Amino acid sequence: MPAAGQTLRKILAQNQKELLADWVQAQSSGTSLRADLMKEAELREQSREFLALMQAATDSGSLTQIDGSHWSAAREFLARVSRSRAQQGFSPSETATFVFSLKQPLFTRLRGEFGQDAQGLAEEVWLTTELIDRLGLFTAETFVKSREEIIQRQQREMMELSTPVVQLWENILALPVIGTLDSERTQVVMESLLQKIVDTGAAIAIIDITGVPTVDTLVAQHLLKTVAAARLMGADCIISGIRPQIAQTIVHLGVNLSEVTTKASLADAFSVALKRTQAKLPQQLGAA
Amino acid sequence: MEKIPILKMGRFLLVTVQVDMHDQLALQLQDDLTARIVAARARGVLIDISSLEVVDSFIGRMISNIAAMAKVLDAETVVVGIQPAVAITLVELGLSLEGVRTALNVDRGMALLQERLADEQR
Repeated sequence: MPAAGQTLRKILAQNQKELLADWVQAQSSGTSLRADLMKEAELREQSREFLALMQAATDSGSLTQIDGSHWSAAREFLARVSRSRAQQGFSPSETATFVFSLKQPLFTRLRGEFGQDAQGLAEEVWLTTELIDRLGLFTAETFVKSREEIIQRQQREMMELSTPVVQLWENILALPVIGTLDSERTQVVMESLLQKIVDTGAAIAIIDITGVPTVDTLVAQHLLKTVAAARLMGADCIISGIRPQIAQTIVHLGVNLSEVTTKASLADAFSVALKRTQAKLPQQLGAA
Repeated sequence: MEKIPILKMGRFLLVTVQVDMHDQLALQLQDDLTARIVAARARGVLIDISSLEVVDSFIGRMISNIAAMAKVLDAETVVVGIQPAVAITLVELGLSLEGVRTALNVDRGMALLQERLADEQR
């Protein structure tokens, strides 16, 4: 009776071509191949590469310790595959099935090799299952990790995108707020607005909330905080882009916006701002 | 003992806070400034806190108080040079310095005071 793992190594070394054919067949017939996302040629190429790497790894290394250095090439390959699948929009189980679907062709071959030796077959199947499971779990883990990375990156990008402070005119800044204002965003909005006030020496800041879908008491409070902070820096704030529904909500909620100049549209706010800066600071405008 | 200097510029007083304001210093400033407003018959006070990087609720309240006291003595107070971080802290503390005029820098603050004086003389 051959040593444990010997038969698996043999199959991987000698029957690679048939194994590959069976495996690709199993993947294409199953649900794991998303023909809309990936071509069969690409799948075949990936499968071939993985089988070759697996053979190299089992040849020289342990069958149970996939964290070892023998398996590093195979691990890297799997990580690359799951990352690319995460970006292509595969589901986690579809990605993991790439590895798990190798079981069936392998087991068929093992059965052929062992024939009537039930004990030897059971042992070898157990060993193979364990190995494939580890590889599959590793794939799933990498998949989830890369998905998380994508989400984090998108969050960061959204944060950067959503808080631009633009200079409309000498001494006039505009801050178009898009999306809901939560505390974290208010902090970012406030900091970038105040910094821009320092940089440009603006006297008026227009906060445009056309892109804010809903205003509740919390959002209103955040807006008022921003206005108060800007005032401390010596800049007046105008809130513009208040839609009819939002005006109704604000009144129903009992939010007091009477301290702040509010305008229906950015254009109105801008014309007020122009008038005010000219009336108030003619010398600065003239000097610049 | 350290003291915050108060400079006279025409009808205005200029206070530049250049050290970290601790409580005793703030109280001292309150005494000195009110005395000086009366002595100099000042019409405006300009407080520059651009080098102040840390504020607490006490200092915030002192600034409010000083402004209110100056108002009683018929002198307008303008606080200038509040740093972004300080502004955010004050707002988070719930001290938005109602009743105190603010400006970005000394230039703007001076312009505000002069404008007010000109309005009155008209």
